[in-house]
Parts: sequence; C-alpha cells; structure tokens
Amino acid sequence: MTAETAEAFPAPAAEGTATARKSKTPRRESSGWLAKVLVLVIGIAWTIPTAGLLISSLRPEVDVSTSGWWTVFAHPFDFTQYTLANYDRVLTAENMFEAFINSLIVTIPATVIPITLAAFAAYAFAWTRFRGRSFLFALVVGLLVIPLQMSLVPLLRLYGDYDLTGTFVGIWLAHTGFGLPLAIYLLYNYISQLPKDIFESAHIDGASPFTAFTRLVIPLSYPALASFAIFQFLWVWNDLLVSLVFLGTNPDVAVLTARVSQLVGSRGAAWHLLTAAAFVSMVVPLIVFLSLQRFFVRGILAGSVKG
Amino acid sequence: MAQTVETVEAQLEENRRPRWTVARDLTVAVVVVALIWVALRVLRSETALAGLGPLGSKLVQAVIGIVLGVVGVWALFIVANSLVELLPARATAIVRPYIFVLPAVAVVSVFLVAPAVGTIIQSFTEVPEGEGFFYNYVQAFTDPDIRVALRNNAIWLILAPAGALVIGLAFAGLVDRIKRESLAKTFIFLPLCISGAGAAVIWRFVYEWRPPGQPQIGILNAIVSAFGGEPIPWLQEIPTNTLALIVVMVWLQAGFAMVILSAAIKGVAVELIEAAKIDGAGEFQTFVRIVLPSIRGSIITVFTTIAIAVLKVFDIVYVTTNGNFDTDVIANRMFNEMFRFRNFGFATALAVILFVAVIPIMVINVRNLRRQGIGA
Repeated sequence: MTAETAEAFPAPAAEGTATARKSKTPRRESSGWLAKVLVLVIGIAWTIPTAGLLISSLRPEVDVSTSGWWTVFAHPFDFTQYTLANYDRVLTAENMFEAFINSLIVTIPATVIPITLAAFAAYAFAWTRFRGRSFLFALVVGLLVIPLQMSLVPLLRLYGDYDLTGTFVGIWLAHTGFGLPLAIYLLYNYISQLPKDIFESAHIDGASPFTAFTRLVIPLSYPALASFAIFQFLWVWNDLLVSLVFLGTNPDVAVLTARVSQLVGSRGAAWHLLTAAAFVSMVVPLIVFLSLQRFFVRGILAGSVKG
Repeated sequence: MAQTVETVEAQLEENRRPRWTVARDLTVAVVVVALIWVALRVLRSETALAGLGPLGSKLVQAVIGIVLGVVGVWALFIVANSLVELLPARATAIVRPYIFVLPAVAVVSVFLVAPAVGTIIQSFTEVPEGEGFFYNYVQAFTDPDIRVALRNNAIWLILAPAGALVIGLAFAGLVDRIKRESLAKTFIFLPLCISGAGAAVIWRFVYEWRPPGQPQIGILNAIVSAFGGEPIPWLQEIPTNTLALIVVMVWLQAGFAMVILSAAIKGVAVELIEAAKIDGAGEFQTFVRIVLPSIRGSIITVFTTIAIAVLKVFDIVYVTTNGNFDTDVIANRMFNEMFRFRNFGFATALAVILFVAVIPIMVINVRNLRRQGIGA
C-alpha cells in the first residue's frame, strides 16, 4: 500500500476503538429496499403536517373551509388556486407584523445578553483563581436542575413591584436568567479546554485578562458561542410560557407565539388565517435552522439539558 | 489619543496609568451609564416616540431596544473593567475575576435561586386563613382535576420519550444505510425548530373534525372517512385526546433523539460489527445485540432529556385544548391557577411538585453523563 492510498483510506482499526467510523460503505452494501421504504414512510409522515399548513395558508378562504388541502395536488401547477391574501390579512389586520417586530426586539438581546454574561463568567471560572470560585460554579451549574416554573410566582410579584411586567427589559432579564446556567455550563466546557500556552504567552506580551478575553477567548470559542446562540435564539423565539407570564398579550408587546395562541382562541375555525399566522411565526426559525443546521446539531450533541 | 471607549482598551495594555486617565475613565463610565438609563426611559415611555406614528415608533423602538440590549451589556463590562484598572495593580488582580463572574451570578441569584426558595416557602405559607402548612399539597393530591393532570403527566412521561426514542432509533438505524442520509434526516429534524404553539396549530389542523357527511379538511379524519369510518373528534374524545397530544410531542422530539442516536451509532467500533457479521449474525441481530448495548448511554441521555421536557410541557396543551376534556397537565394547570384563578399559593405548590418530579430524572441523567465521561 502506498502512502497516498493509506492517507485516503485510513484503517479504522488503527484509529483506536471508539473513534467514529470514517466510511459507511460496510453497511451500505446490504441496504435493503425495506430500509428505504421505512425511511421514506417516516419522512413523509413527518412532513405532511407542516406541508398541509403551508399549502392551506396559500389557499383562498372558501377553498380551505370546504376541501382538504391535498386536493391542490389534482392540479399542482394551477397557480390560480393559490393566494397571498391570508398573509396580507394576518400581517395587517391581525397584528402579526407588529408581533414579528416584537419577537425580534425580544429575541436578539435575549440571546446576546446571556451569551455575553456567560462567556465572561465561563472564562473567569476556567482561567482565573478567586475565592469562592468552585462554590459559585457548582451553584450556577446546579441550577440546571430547577424548572423555570419554580421562578414564576415570586418573579411575577417582583416584576409587579418594579413595574417590569410587560416591558422588553423585563423579558430580556427573565430569558437571561433562565438561559444562563446552560450557557455557562456549555461555554465552560469549551473554554476550559483551550490550550494553556496561549494565555501564558498573552500574559508575557503584557495583555491584561480583559484583552486576553476579547482577543483570544471570544474568537477561539466561536463554534461553542455559535451553537449556544442558535440554541438560545430558537428557544426564546419559540417560547410561549415566559412571554405570556412576563410580557402578556397586549399587541404593543406580544410576541408571535403569544399572538398565535390568542388567534387560536379568537378565530379557532378560521383555518386560512391560523395557518398563515402559524407559518409567519415559523419562518425565522426555519431559515435559521436550515442555514445553520451544522451548529445546531453540534449544540444538541454538546448537551441540551435546559432548565 | 482620542478619548473614546475604544481607546480604553489600548490603554489597558500600558502598565503605567497616567493620572489624567482616571478622570477620563470615570467620565466614560458616567456617560455610558447615563446613555443606558436614557435608552431605558425612552423604551418604557409611551409618549417619547408617539410623534413618529405607529409603524415608525415601532421600528425606532426595535432599533433602540436591540442596540441597548446588545451594546449596553458590552459597554457595562468594558466600563466596569476600566474602573477596576484604576485600582492599584494588586487590587485589580483580586477584584477583576468578580467583575467577570458576578453579573452572571447576580442574575441567576435574582431569577432562579431567590425565586425558587420563595416558591418553596410560599407553597407552605400561602394558604387560606386557619389552614395548615400542607393545605396546598393536600389539595393538590385530592382535587380530582389535579389528579387527572398528575395522571396525564405520568402517561406523557412514559409514552412521549418512548415514542420519540423508538422513532428516532429506527430512523437513525435505517438512515445509516441509504444515500442522501443528511437530506432524509432533515425531514425528521425539522420539527425541532418549530415552537410548541406552532406545532399545536399544525396538529389541530391535522386533527380537525367535521360532522360525518361534511367534507373533512383535517387529513386524519379524511383518511378515516376514506376507509369508511366515522370521523373521530381526536381532541375531544377521552382518552384518545391525550394520546393525540403526546403524538405532537413525539413529532417535535424525534429529531432530537435521532441526532444523538445517529451520532452514537456511527461511533460504534466497526470491528465489533464486522466480527458479529463474520460470526453469522444478521443485520437485525447485529443491531439488537451489538449496536444497542454499545449506545446504552446515549439512549438514557435521550430518554431523560425528553422526559424532563415532557414534565414541563405547557404550550402544546395550552394552545390545543387548554386542559379541557381531561387533557390537563401540571404546567398548564399552574399557568391557569396563576392567571385564571389568581391562586398563587396553589400554583407554587404545583411548581414544587414539578421540581420534585424532575430531580430523580436529573440524577439519572447526570450519573449517566458522568459514566460516559462527560460533564463536570
């Protein structure tokens, strides 16, 4: 065997036992038709509900209420059976546009603030020595056990006292508090694994710990930061409970999920509107997910034990 | 050197600190704090942006809010650090780690530690006049509605993780053998980014019921009717409705199970599998006897993680049935106790019950992670 082929086809045995299999060919040889059929069936079953929602949201009101969405497949390319009127209606008359902006106002800071706090804290826990370090770290990570329901009643009262109910600042802080333990845990696992040498040479070059953090830790931890950012972004965007409790359903502040759940209550039979509204609430997560799937998967594998 | 925030950082690298920088850093600190304060006032004021019209004020509010939230938190760290650097060098070294750690510790103290303690205390003390400490708990375990919710949580707790696990495992095992593996995975994975509220709408539509004879616009009843059956009111009929809601959870979580298990299956040593084949084991036998035991840790991770999510399930139930027709669960009931009945003492007791139920699952989870060599 020449050096070239050896490089192209590394022997799995040489890599040690538990390493990932590089080649999937051994099992693909025996790929039966049964496996393909089963994968296809599950895949279709998993897609139908969402497909039905999307197609219905594009059909006129009369059609949606009198025939099943699958009837469009009789003439799938007859574009006269599709309309954007439902979207026009939910975005203007049903306040979904405002809710969309509110979701952005809530989600972006509620993602950046916890990541920033967690990155500073994880760095200090991993690379500085101070009194109370191990106690504080155990405390923060231990909080992963606590369901956020444990916080709702006392926080609601606190928010009442300080007029924070129904404010964006209030919900940023709530999401920050609920997201921090997982953020610190994940970022600590990553940042503590950075090579020690870089911090020593930074110190010798006269960089302060703050500079080392902004110039070294942040750029080097980019994969972990990105994974958690996506995770937190989707969590906050999709959250209903925290936003109902602390933000409420006043159209000035209500987010998309709260608005959708309200619509289900007030217009439960108007499927042309409900489907369009639900899809509006799903667009951003779908885009984030499809474009950043890699980081999302990595984040999930790194551990999703959100309190 | 221009006197801006950016230059603070460059200045930090100098060991000597000329006296005039003290005044400068203090000024910067005051300005930053004042700016954040003004932005907060504007954001909370109802009149400050009224002149811009509804759309204009909304968009300006969005920009202020996002800039405030994103830049504000960084500005505060930079300012705090620059103030610490004004101290004598040895004091700086001692104080600085706390500047990095304390904001996070303070937030979790206010938002998790203190409220959790408060919830536990209030669950015992907020009882009607003349009742004992355990009133809320006695209520919780005797009230027939709450017992239904507890029973439902137990059903969810077993069926939802099991369902997601079986589908995820089957898919992970099968998809390993086909071409276009990642495309196929995307379809199972996709629901994971959909909110519980969105999923609730999607599945309400799947379960939509019309009286027999009318056109069925929900796909499930259309299929039932096509085979000559009576359309089933999936979300009203007991106990079908609870199972119907669990299906929504399985649909959302199967992708999570698949990702973890698929990665684990790929990590099984290839020589083990080859050896089993040489010994004459079939595909299925190899999977059950060799692959499954090797990924036991991952299976436990998946089950416990989904189980914890299931115990706290709220949005699916709230948006589909709001707990009617015997479908209630604890988290939904707690929300209604808070906002519909204003029964805060009772709500805290329900939260504590939820917490106590989560603990053993968490313990299994952490032990399992430790055995795998992951985690603290």
